[in-house]
Amino acid sequence: MATIEHNGKNFEVDEDGFLAKGMEEWNEDWVDYVKGIEGISELTDEHQKVIDTLQEYYKKNGIAPMVRILSKTTGFPLKRIYELFPSGPGKGACKMAGLPKPTGCV
Amino acid sequence: MADTKVEQMSVKVVEDPSLMTGAIPAKDWMDVPAVFKPGNYCYPGKPSIMEYHNKNLPGLFGESREWEIEDDDWKLPENWKEIIINGIKERLDKFRSFKIFMDCCVRCGACADKCHFFLGTGDPKNMPVLRAELLRSVYRGELTKAGKILGRIANGREMTIDVLKEWFMYFYQCTECRRCSVFCPYGIDTAEVTMMGRELLHLVGVNTNWIMEPAANSNRTGNHLGLQPHTFKENAEYLIDDIEEVTGLRLESLNFNRKGAEVLFVIPSADVFADPGIFTFMGYCMLFDHIGLDYTISTYSSEGGNFGLFTSNQLMKKLNGKMFAEAKRLGVKWILGGECGHMWRVIHQYMDTMNGPADFLQVPTSPITGTRFDNAASTKMVHISEFTADLIHHGKLNLDPSRNDHRVVTFHDSCNPARAMGLLDEPRYVLNNVCNNFHDMPENTIREQTFCCGSGTGLNTGEIMDLRMMGGLPRANAVKYVREKHGVNTLACVCAIDRATLLALMEYWNPDVEVCGVSELVGNALIMEGEKEKDQGLRFEELAVKEGDTDV
Repeated sequence: MATIEHNGKNFEVDEDGFLAKGMEEWNEDWVDYVKGIEGISELTDEHQKVIDTLQEYYKKNGIAPMVRILSKTTGFPLKRIYELFPSGPGKGACKMAGLPKPTGCV
Repeated sequence: MADTKVEQMSVKVVEDPSLMTGAIPAKDWMDVPAVFKPGNYCYPGKPSIMEYHNKNLPGLFGESREWEIEDDDWKLPENWKEIIINGIKERLDKFRSFKIFMDCCVRCGACADKCHFFLGTGDPKNMPVLRAELLRSVYRGELTKAGKILGRIANGREMTIDVLKEWFMYFYQCTECRRCSVFCPYGIDTAEVTMMGRELLHLVGVNTNWIMEPAANSNRTGNHLGLQPHTFKENAEYLIDDIEEVTGLRLESLNFNRKGAEVLFVIPSADVFADPGIFTFMGYCMLFDHIGLDYTISTYSSEGGNFGLFTSNQLMKKLNGKMFAEAKRLGVKWILGGECGHMWRVIHQYMDTMNGPADFLQVPTSPITGTRFDNAASTKMVHISEFTADLIHHGKLNLDPSRNDHRVVTFHDSCNPARAMGLLDEPRYVLNNVCNNFHDMPENTIREQTFCCGSGTGLNTGEIMDLRMMGGLPRANAVKYVREKHGVNTLACVCAIDRATLLALMEYWNPDVEVCGVSELVGNALIMEGEKEKDQGLRFEELAVKEGDTDV
């Protein structure tokens, strides 16, 4: 398990760089860190809306939403989500929101 | 996506020195250790996941711990060697097939060049004969008199840490697809050798997270993804909204956990979560509504797949047990199964002896056509393609194949339905009735000889993407052939792992080829009573302009 240091805070991450303890350890510094590695120049309300939606859904369901549900809830088509998070809804947005990545036949 | 660019990968496969390109290895295979580097191994199971498994099935999975594949010390139990040797002995006694497979190989080499991983990597240890020899040599060296005395002369060797690591590397570069077994004159099922190898590794706590986490999810929530009942239901209902948008019809027939339904329908859970499986699910729902099938879907037995098959027979049995348990609780007559691949190997080859006999169920009979599926008399489970082909054969479906005219289709025989249950003609019959443009790939790459997607048995994880693209190359190459010859733009299949992995494989090698389940094309072609005029397919793609229509 690797540890990442950012803004003086330490974060334990898994092999794919997702927060090992998930939303338990999630905070604004983590968001700032992922913003850097994702190459996002400025966080906008749109980014925030995606993060909020993901976290709210995760609390209720214990898994990230289907991409289409994410699109519908935020009102952003998939293309826009990729513009906001260049690595996509899973590796970009879920990582920033502190969600784990889904496993199985996906 | 894979780290290596497609151009470099192509050159690497055909030009780098390997057994495939004619280079002769400089050392005896026993003297070549496995070297792990990023990209050639799957991540180990997370301690929390392994703790969970150990609580449920103690004694099968070693100690849960933090460990790294690239470290010298894998933090094995002190008596790891004893555990492995005893594990081999126990399995030789328990599984007659394993004993025969260890003894009867004459190393004729018929299997050598049949493996997609060998063809893609050129690594001699990916020849099925040598992969099995990795374990066979230890059996000889440690457990036979000749091997104990003569050692290497009798092709025997000792069990060492290096051997264990080599096992981990190559038993996780086999997808248990069983193409090699088709060519073995002795009928050695190399997949079962890999299964034994993986079971033995598990005993000392050597595992991969991509398999163990879905298996844990499946035990806990009913499915690999970890969809809880309310999420499973909500996702499925969301897809009913999408069907309404395309057809103008609100399907009222979808239901869950309904006692007294005639048929229990079991799907791979990815079909209610990820593209393009969700379109396959929409196809199922439309079909059942169209024929008025009395069915229900369970949120408890909410997974067709069984990652226990890739782990150990006890875990496989436990996960599989849910299907019959739920069928009994709901009081259905028989079970219909969706487009899941390895599910059918478990059902056809192991389910009956593991969890049967299911004498509380009836021999499946289609309520629409009256056809009795005697081939499923013991398992009581029918494949959706068999069921659909029978409906079409009896003229029970109102179909307009021209609604798939935007697609030029080929069919990837998913390994397990093809080789483990002989499902070869039914999907083709369905496809030929629901679309006008169908072309098979070359004959040595389909049906019994189908090439694996390169990522089965829980190898469908991102960290080994390069390896997957190499292993999938023979399949991709055959698709490329029909793409160039017939303009194929759609690769249909009947497996959820395929739908996920062929997507990545096509994006890499044949970027303009889309992947779909057979039932998606059925859904597209169905003329539903009261539907609106259709101008879109199930993924909201535009349909081909019909002849005679004016182009505006």
